Amino acid sequence: MKKKELHIDKNKVVITIRDLHKSFASNHVLRGIDLDIYQGENVVVLGRSGTGKSVLIKIIAGLLKSDKGTVNVLGRNVAAIRSRELEQLRLKIGFSFQSSALYDSMTVRENLEFPLLRNSKHLTVAEVTHAVETALDAVGLSQTINQWPAELSGGQRKRIGIARTLIMQPAIMLYDEPTAGLDPVTSMEIIDLINEVQERFNTSSIIITHDLTCAKLTGERMAVLLDGRFVQVGTFETIFKNGDEQVKSFYEYNFIT
Amino acid sequence: MQMKVKQKQPRKYVISKKLDDFFFDVYAFVQFIGRFFKELILPPYEFKEVIRQCYMVGVKSLPLITLTGFITGIVFTKQSRPSLSEFGATSWLPSLVAIAIIRALAPLVTGLITAGKVGSNIGAELGSMKVTEQIDAMEVSATNPFKFLVTTRVLATTYMVPLLMLYMALVAMLGAYVNVHSNEETSFASFIENGFHNISFLDLFSSVIKSIVFGFTIGIVACYQGYTTTQGTQGVGRAANTSVVTSMFLIFIEEIIIVQITNWFRVF
Repeated sequence: MKKKELHIDKNKVVITIRDLHKSFASNHVLRGIDLDIYQGENVVVLGRSGTGKSVLIKIIAGLLKSDKGTVNVLGRNVAAIRSRELEQLRLKIGFSFQSSALYDSMTVRENLEFPLLRNSKHLTVAEVTHAVETALDAVGLSQTINQWPAELSGGQRKRIGIARTLIMQPAIMLYDEPTAGLDPVTSMEIIDLINEVQERFNTSSIIITHDLTCAKLTGERMAVLLDGRFVQVGTFETIFKNGDEQVKSFYEYNFIT
Repeated sequence: MQMKVKQKQPRKYVISKKLDDFFFDVYAFVQFIGRFFKELILPPYEFKEVIRQCYMVGVKSLPLITLTGFITGIVFTKQSRPSLSEFGATSWLPSLVAIAIIRALAPLVTGLITAGKVGSNIGAELGSMKVTEQIDAMEVSATNPFKFLVTTRVLATTYMVPLLMLYMALVAMLGAYVNVHSNEETSFASFIENGFHNISFLDLFSSVIKSIVFGFTIGIVACYQGYTTTQGTQGVGRAANTSVVTSMFLIFIEEIIIVQITNWFRVF
């Protein structure tokens, strides 16, 4: 499905990253990252495995601490706020994990109810049920409501994972390798879902991937991460027409012409 | 421009790699215990989850505890009879069995059984949650995973192991009675009267304290192993295994210490 032209408010920055550094022992993963994400925009972070793409969004969600630099999400410095404030901020961030990260000991319904029941205690049973059904409907998997995560396919798990984040109506979505390990047809379904989420909920998203089809079809802008830095930031066409040799080799490897 | 290649320095260890790792692990474990008490005191409190975990730890262990307790009672009585009958003292059997069960066997066997069943379960469950990013998912959905997963499980084992111990003592005494009754035709009232004649408050109290310590140990060790799991599925297996081995080792150490302290009290 072709992506619709959406209005992106370039006056409203939802995520600001400045001079971000992160190391694990002697491995310097991020070496000075700068990026702005605007309201309603999908930005794809491209890069080879192990270049720190997932580390970047984990720092944005406050799951990892940076060594240097700042990350402002909706005007709040993630590293500087208290844990209670961080919890409140996280309610506005949806995180779709590479492994889906569905709770194995809970059914699909319970997985979706979990964030809602814990963070919106005033809701009635009917309201919770309605929210769960709406979120499942949004990802087209209403029939799986009473199934266990182990009974679902890889693509269904990804979609339920996205539904679980949508239930809190986040302003920002972080997708970690949304199409990894999926067949082309299921990958297209996930790509359509990412675009649908952006259109319906006006979310701003960061999509981590090394799948160029996903990158081309979901992102307004791409940022290519190489050796811990963004070597190119721009639209798909500008990056791969004028890109340097390393970027071009990445393109050729994906066999897209 | 020629890039300067930094020579990788060999890592220096304070003692040796293994010993350094061991002390770092002990330090991390102490920090983990400290965090448990901090999270225990600070709101919000996870009452519902504690009750659910008590059910998982307590009620689900009942069949195994019943079977083990009953067999322990029968076997211990059978093994003790020949020695006592040599001195014509089989009438002391209920008393001997009661002292052995309440002072030592019930707390120790309950602790070891729970370490095997519940400890491995918690270690594997939290370990697999960790490697499949479920703990991270909990954190990004604005839930404190340490409080929800660790605090509740440690509380559940701490509450339930003493109760399971008392239950096991009861079942073991029943097993002992079955054996005594079939050989000496002792009445139940007489068995209970003789059995509990020499049991003091200190015996029962020290066993309950022991079980509380064992329960806490099982919970905190298993949660630590599971919560800090690395290296994928291999790490999950290691977490489950280390939970059981470490808990059992610590239970024996604690048993020695508590028996020693109880004996000091007994002198006064």
